[in-house]
Amino acid sequence: MVEFLEFTLTGLSAGMIYAAIALSLVLIWRGTRVLNYSQGAMAMLTSFIALEVVYATGNYWLAFAIAMVSGLGLGAVVERIVVRQVTGRPPLNAVIVTIGLLIGIEGLAGLFFGGNNRSFPEPYSPNGLSIGKVALGITRNDIFIGVAVLAAAGLLAVVFQYTSIGLRLRATAFNSPVARLLGVRVGRMLTLGWALAGLLGALAGMLVSPSTLLSPNSMDAIFVLGFTAAVIGGLESPVGAVVGGLILGVVLSYAGGYLGSEVVNLFGLAALLLVLMLRPTGLFSSAPARRV
Amino acid sequence: MSNPASLEVREVSAGYGGAPVLRSVSITAPAGTITAVLGANGAGKTTLLRAIDGSIKPSGGQIRLDGTDLAGAPPENVSRAGIAHVPEGQGVITELTVAENLQLGLLLRRRADRAQALADLYQRFSVLADRRNMAAGTLSGGERQMLVIARALATDPRVLLLDEPSLGLAPKIVRDVLDLIKRLKDDTNLTIILVEQNARSALAIADTGIVLNLGAVVATAPAGQLAADEALRRHYLGF
Repeated sequence: MVEFLEFTLTGLSAGMIYAAIALSLVLIWRGTRVLNYSQGAMAMLTSFIALEVVYATGNYWLAFAIAMVSGLGLGAVVERIVVRQVTGRPPLNAVIVTIGLLIGIEGLAGLFFGGNNRSFPEPYSPNGLSIGKVALGITRNDIFIGVAVLAAAGLLAVVFQYTSIGLRLRATAFNSPVARLLGVRVGRMLTLGWALAGLLGALAGMLVSPSTLLSPNSMDAIFVLGFTAAVIGGLESPVGAVVGGLILGVVLSYAGGYLGSEVVNLFGLAALLLVLMLRPTGLFSSAPARRV
Repeated sequence: MSNPASLEVREVSAGYGGAPVLRSVSITAPAGTITAVLGANGAGKTTLLRAIDGSIKPSGGQIRLDGTDLAGAPPENVSRAGIAHVPEGQGVITELTVAENLQLGLLLRRRADRAQALADLYQRFSVLADRRNMAAGTLSGGERQMLVIARALATDPRVLLLDEPSLGLAPKIVRDVLDLIKRLKDDTNLTIILVEQNARSALAIADTGIVLNLGAVVATAPAGQLAADEALRRHYLGF
């Protein structure tokens, strides 16, 4: 029973990170119909920037803030300079361009930061928490992960649902030709969408790097799981992305805990296949499949 | 409401990917009038509206709103200049609620004016007031047409472009929509360009009629005169 609780809690904590990546993919997909294969690489880059700040100043929170700002900036720059060139072209162009970005960013990171695994700081003590004598198997950092991702997701939800900029963002995502007829500067909204996604990715990078260690391709596996979470959620639904991330985190945690860590990746792919076979539009998509 | 403005299309040519659709089309819509643009399928009516609203770039000519040339400006700037286009068919954003569709239009107004403008719209379009919190995708065809017209008005336009507002609606609803357009002009002094297949109904509320054929203007006359010209009617308008 204690074991079950522990697996559940660590699963939720890992799931939060998949949720953050999934949410960033959903944001971009809804806005630009592009699947950003370089999302993990971008998060890796902002984490390296944060790590350099930690080396230079020793201040985790300063590094955290700089990572978030770099994520915003990187997302915006990538949209403006690279993705803008392929909008309105066949979908395969965008796929190739973002895969190219993935390879390019990882290559550059290797050049500047080397290929070694770097240990990455955590904001809080790594000692396990317990209630009375019962160890929970999680630390304050796991709680921080949950709070940070939920806060980011909640903030985004409020912005999208209750502000005029959110209304413009949604209108752009749902029907950009009509949005333009109503005076919405669609180009700026797309840039903003990518910037927000970059911020979420940067957050995921900061949260996951202490456990995966940081190297030029350390975010690849996280990206695949985040993508799986987004597909479970239907790729269209922000709520679905978060729930998909949590489901995936918990399932993988049980699989790793009860069956051994070597089956984790297998289960991740099995979950993806299962959802695609049984409900190809995802668990949370109410809209019929989109004609492309 | 803003001051009414005149719209002048001067020798505009436009098309898609090199294939010309409009050939040197000129139209003058005086402030506060309804101009009906008529013609068969493929005559270039929708293309004309798309050239005016900036969705396609004219290859030549001018589009003057109260003397300012807007030809070639992107749609978001044209709508900001005061030309609201009510596109044919699926112009509502189905995923947003009725209220959100309207609020999107209101964003072009000053913040302080938005609440009053919304209240006015709900008064004029009571069917939308009743459905304000429903997803726009749940509305009937007639209600959607009301919503796209209301949303265009929400932007505080000086010129309203209406593309086939009667398309796919039941005859009774068509009458309602056309009555609404007529009342809009009388109440607000808007300049309206009305593209219609349904020539008889459009001429009944229009001041001026323009007939397009194969991308060129073949007739421009007061609406009553056009409706009475039997040869023209039979030849181009089919009634």
